Amino acid sequence: MSSEQIGVYLDHAATGPVRASVVDAMSAVWSSQWANPAAAHRHGRDARRTLDDARERLADVLGVSAADVVVTSGGTEADNQAISGAVAATGGVAVCSAAEHHAVLDPVVHSGGVVVPCREDAHIDLDALADALETAQAHQRVAVVSVMAVNNEVGTISDLDAVAAVIRRHAPGAWFHCDAVQAATWLDMADICRVADMVSLSAHKFGGPHSVGALIVRNGVSPAPLLLGGGQERGRRSGTVDVAGVVGMSTALADAAAERAEVVARVDELRNRLLNMITVIDGVVPTVAPQATVPGICHVCIEGVESEALLFMLDTAGIAASAASACASGAMQASHVTAAMGVSPSRARGALRLSLGRTTTADDIDRAGVALVDVIARLRR
Amino acid sequence: MSLVLVGMSGGVDSSVAAAVLVDAGHEVVGVTMRLWGGDADTGCCSVSDVDDARRVADQLGIDHVVFNFSDDFEKHVVTPYVDGHRAGITPNPCIECNRHLKFERLAERAHLLGFDAVATGHHAQIERRNDRWALRRGADPAKDQSYVLHMADQATLARTLLPIGAMHKDEVRAIAREIGLRTAGKPDSQDVCFIRSDEGRARFLGDRIPLRAAAVVDTDGVDIGRVESVETVTIGQRRGLGLPGGGPVRYVVDVDHADPDRPVVVVGAHDHLLRDAMTVGSMSWTDAPVSGDVLVQVSAHGEPMAATIDGPDASGRYTVTTARPHRRVAPGQSAVLYDLADDCVLGGGIVVD
Repeated sequence: MSSEQIGVYLDHAATGPVRASVVDAMSAVWSSQWANPAAAHRHGRDARRTLDDARERLADVLGVSAADVVVTSGGTEADNQAISGAVAATGGVAVCSAAEHHAVLDPVVHSGGVVVPCREDAHIDLDALADALETAQAHQRVAVVSVMAVNNEVGTISDLDAVAAVIRRHAPGAWFHCDAVQAATWLDMADICRVADMVSLSAHKFGGPHSVGALIVRNGVSPAPLLLGGGQERGRRSGTVDVAGVVGMSTALADAAAERAEVVARVDELRNRLLNMITVIDGVVPTVAPQATVPGICHVCIEGVESEALLFMLDTAGIAASAASACASGAMQASHVTAAMGVSPSRARGALRLSLGRTTTADDIDRAGVALVDVIARLRR
Repeated sequence: MSLVLVGMSGGVDSSVAAAVLVDAGHEVVGVTMRLWGGDADTGCCSVSDVDDARRVADQLGIDHVVFNFSDDFEKHVVTPYVDGHRAGITPNPCIECNRHLKFERLAERAHLLGFDAVATGHHAQIERRNDRWALRRGADPAKDQSYVLHMADQATLARTLLPIGAMHKDEVRAIAREIGLRTAGKPDSQDVCFIRSDEGRARFLGDRIPLRAAAVVDTDGVDIGRVESVETVTIGQRRGLGLPGGGPVRYVVDVDHADPDRPVVVVGAHDHLLRDAMTVGSMSWTDAPVSGDVLVQVSAHGEPMAATIDGPDASGRYTVTTARPHRRVAPGQSAVLYDLADDCVLGGGIVVD
């Protein structure tokens, strides 16, 4: 896609543009390091060295040991392994917030786990978490508590230290899993890895390729594997490791960490500029106060407008955005996140998520703001 | 050239409709309505049907979007279908879907988004006659769908395009084959789209409402059998009544729900089914209301019958009297009126009795 075809891209929370450094690094692997990294011959050893180097660079940014990194096919697999693997390994019950991504929520529900209400700002309700842990502990052990670092729809940042304190106090044996898929561009990943026992990553959210991610596993916790086979990743995830993918993920994460302070400051200004432009329109209300969210997510509910119609017209105007999650057919579905926050269905019908990233410019924001003012007026006429 | 939103179900008719519009130089966007969240396999919105629609749109070089209208579908089509069966009424879900989803929800959305018209792949024709819009039967008598579109009024007809209405089905398939559309050989959909063919109506209804067994009696009131669920019995039905074989053919001539705890199915000879007149409510007209001699059709592919229409009475209902006795029509079904040339839809309504 040329930049003209892309127009104004404000769906970075879905996938951001792949970094040029990542394309180069991965191309190099595909050209000359394509051998199976588990093979004993020199081609295999070369690939293995490349993989180990990349894994160590990744671990460095995360402040963990290379042995803590389990490479997965992405955030969904990492989340599934954290939840289902913890339940399988310990026989306990899984607990998560109602605002979690479906990749956490569904395995928790599927395994008969406990879903804790969230607050109006989508942050897990810590009192409700304490109660839920006490209640669950009375019957059986709590295997894992999963709380996301950053909410993927509305952008709320979790107070992970506070969550960890509640877990230590009310379910001391439980593992703490954090879905940090939306965090890497905005937060210090090492801080997150320090406080949680398991952390999920997804490369395409920070400029890496699709279909590669990691579950960071620390503090002696050992979720059961989802995939059995050749015993790769120390038996924790079988399947030939995607060397190019890990190189891409590691390159992307290192670049994201290096530029983070600058990107956060710049995008925060852009997001505030966007909010200022659109909240002057009647009935356009930020879903969560911007101070509570990452700079990259601007989620608003727009009265008297339906998301599907809004997104169609924005797309026609060259603005790529999203609302809630899309199902397999591509249709918009009602968001479980806004529902859990207590946003009324009529307000949630006008949900719009504009998500910014490192490549977003002031010109993008101005064009999006102007287009939104126009489109909302046309849809309300 | 107009900006046209074409409904694409993933079937061959709507695929070719889109192709015809593109060929005619319109600016076209394809839309698939996501109507049903359930797991029906025969519907117009399974993931593979959406895939077909999307890939056809890709091939035609047009944009394709999916609109989720499942709440409206549930409210206007599925719930009334279930409630109707509970009350002994047999609604036609395709008609309610056209009325509320295609001609209301989708048309309003299209208008809001700046489209000049909505197109569908129905086999019927819209024609300008004497400065008015006429809804005509499709050119292919075997595929004519004017019956299920009868509720379109002048405003709707003015903003609707039916690009394949003048074609026979084999022409439609020939075009699809000629331009290599993946849907060229796809079978026509037949059944109620939200009911899985392997489960059937009884299972669908049984998951939603309690099904009640009913006594089957003859026209003299003599108890001669029993059905598992009165909700799935329709007037005119002659199979699945659990009656011993060998005797005269017996039809359901009445379903009595007056006592909800003791519903009764009455069966009788064909003659007991015959009526001279039907009462029709919720009437709509494609143009000005009509009275006098008409043709009436009471099922999607039924024979049109000579009739006269009188009304409305004080409660807005019409009486349609057929020239010759007709088989009693199940309440909830639609009676659609055509002109005496059996060409244009005049209007239609829902049979009350």
